[in-house]
Amino acid sequence: MATPLLRLAGVTKRFGGVPALDALDLTVAPGEFLALLGGSGSGKSTLLRIVAGFESADAGQVLLQGRDIGALPPHRRPVSMVFQSYALFPHLSVFDNVAYGLRRDGVPKAEIARRVAEALALVGLEGLAARRPAQLSGGQRQRVALVRSLVKRPPLLLLDEPLGALDAGLRERTGFELRALQRATGAGFVMVTHDQAEALALADRVAVLETGRLAQVGPPRELYERPATRSVAAFLGAANILEGRVRADGAVECGAGCLLRPAHVAPAFALRPERIRLVAGDPPAENGIAARVRDLAFRGDGWMAVVALPNGGEWRVTLPADAAPPAPGDPVALAWAPEALAPLSA
Amino acid sequence: MRRALVLLPPFLWLLLLVAAPVVILLGIAVSEGAPGVPPFTPAISLQDGWRGTAQNLLTLAQDGYYAAALLRSVLVAGVTATLCLLLAYPMALGIAAAGERWRVLLLALVLLPFCTGFLPRLGAWIGLLRDGGWVNGVLIALGVTTEPLPLLYSDGAMYLGMVHAYLPFAVLPLAATLLRRDMSVEEAAADLGASPWVVFRSVTLPLSLPGAAAAFLLVFIPAAGEFVIPELLGPPEALLVGRALWGEFFQNRDWPLAAALAVALLALLIVPIRVFQGLDEGGSRRGASPPARGPGERPGMSK
Repeated sequence: MATPLLRLAGVTKRFGGVPALDALDLTVAPGEFLALLGGSGSGKSTLLRIVAGFESADAGQVLLQGRDIGALPPHRRPVSMVFQSYALFPHLSVFDNVAYGLRRDGVPKAEIARRVAEALALVGLEGLAARRPAQLSGGQRQRVALVRSLVKRPPLLLLDEPLGALDAGLRERTGFELRALQRATGAGFVMVTHDQAEALALADRVAVLETGRLAQVGPPRELYERPATRSVAAFLGAANILEGRVRADGAVECGAGCLLRPAHVAPAFALRPERIRLVAGDPPAENGIAARVRDLAFRGDGWMAVVALPNGGEWRVTLPADAAPPAPGDPVALAWAPEALAPLSA
Repeated sequence: MRRALVLLPPFLWLLLLVAAPVVILLGIAVSEGAPGVPPFTPAISLQDGWRGTAQNLLTLAQDGYYAAALLRSVLVAGVTATLCLLLAYPMALGIAAAGERWRVLLLALVLLPFCTGFLPRLGAWIGLLRDGGWVNGVLIALGVTTEPLPLLYSDGAMYLGMVHAYLPFAVLPLAATLLRRDMSVEEAAADLGASPWVVFRSVTLPLSLPGAAAAFLLVFIPAAGEFVIPELLGPPEALLVGRALWGEFFQNRDWPLAAALAVALLALLIVPIRVFQGLDEGGSRRGASPPARGPGERPGMSK
């Protein structure tokens, strides 16, 4: 790979002795869309603010296109940030908001007018150039914030929960538009989010942050199918976690009373609800278990069943909508393919 | 109905404490002076009906003495308010930037002068500035000057006293405005390439204008009618409206003319209030919540 767009090497940040980021290494390739996924307190916003220059790292390097920018003040860094609150200038018109960064760079007047008009057209805000931010809807403000940063053509755009302040109907569409905008501009995007569906849907790669450390980095599908740790599995939707004991013959006894025959041996596995199927008769001796339905919920595209295991544990199982579902209290036989077991390292 | 009941007390209050005094003042201003107590014949009475006169207001307009006093008072108040604003802004910025514990301490220090009497504070200035005072004593001891400098009873001493007395009124609204500001907007400006000075000039300062307007008015309005400070610290020849009022009221016992002068001052003060009110409304409109819109609305459709 050529020089990465952004490279973080051993970045550490403590707030009052508590580490917010702990020797973190991360790279972003040019034109890549990376999602930083984590709960509150995971350090994801701190990471973004360190790259933008609003916080300084206690240790480690921040390299942008191979150049150490760690000592530069925010206004000298060629990265741009979209704030969660949008942080539009309330006293300036939409045009002046978008032109602000270009004026700071001393771009000639005529070119500013042309580039701002282009940028506003890109997000369908041509007619609103004279409005004040207070006269815009939430979605419109989000677009203004986006093009205000993009109009400077930064190689790297940082987005702090860009969809967080939008209501559900607008989120999905804006997400697609964000993705299209990223492809059109070719800029690298680093998006902070706590919403796993958003991260999986938009990003080329997802980095899961956990108390200041990277738990796992990978393409969305890989993360979803092969979570590396229990917490990543738990964070990326409701996966069932199977604790096991490895036997000499390569099989794994799971705590719930089933015998696993996985593709790769590990002390614990994640098993997605949709990878479990109902079988007629007795469950198979390996990769199967008998359970009892405790609860059933219709989800539109299928049924979500909560089943009770012989040892008292609970699993979630997704059943197709077209099949007649079992009733609560019914005994069921469950089975899964060996590949469905995602080994967990921790 | 409930709304009217809720609004009734403040309306009564305003009627009693603001509207009624102004009406009485206006009434005296159009009355004719007469020997007696009170020293005027009411402009309107049950027996005689209307007996008012515009003579007092005409006198104000014709006699340059009063116009000069009004003008000079507005000028002194304007200079005082500007000086207070210039001093208060950095103080308010510092207070806003300070941590929680420091902020309380700094605000307490701003308010500390109010704990001492107003006249003792002026007395202290007189003690410092008079010919045999501390400042001249130190200057002579250092050999800067051989004769005491005429510091007291000058414009400088007057402005010193005015700024000293009114500065807290400018600091408090500015500090409140600057404390409330959204720091992410300033971060966004820096992120877009603005140096700290440009961030201040293009974002912090314009967004704090409503607070600055409030600070200016809170100093300007009382300073325009100030009587004691110019009298005790200012030059003897300086004629301000406060002194003119005092003279007409207590020395000449010409209540109607004094009232007319007060009305003229009131009218003059309404001009800057209106101007700054416009500024303030602009500010609150900017901060207002956006018009309600459906989430599915396409941008560019509404105009």
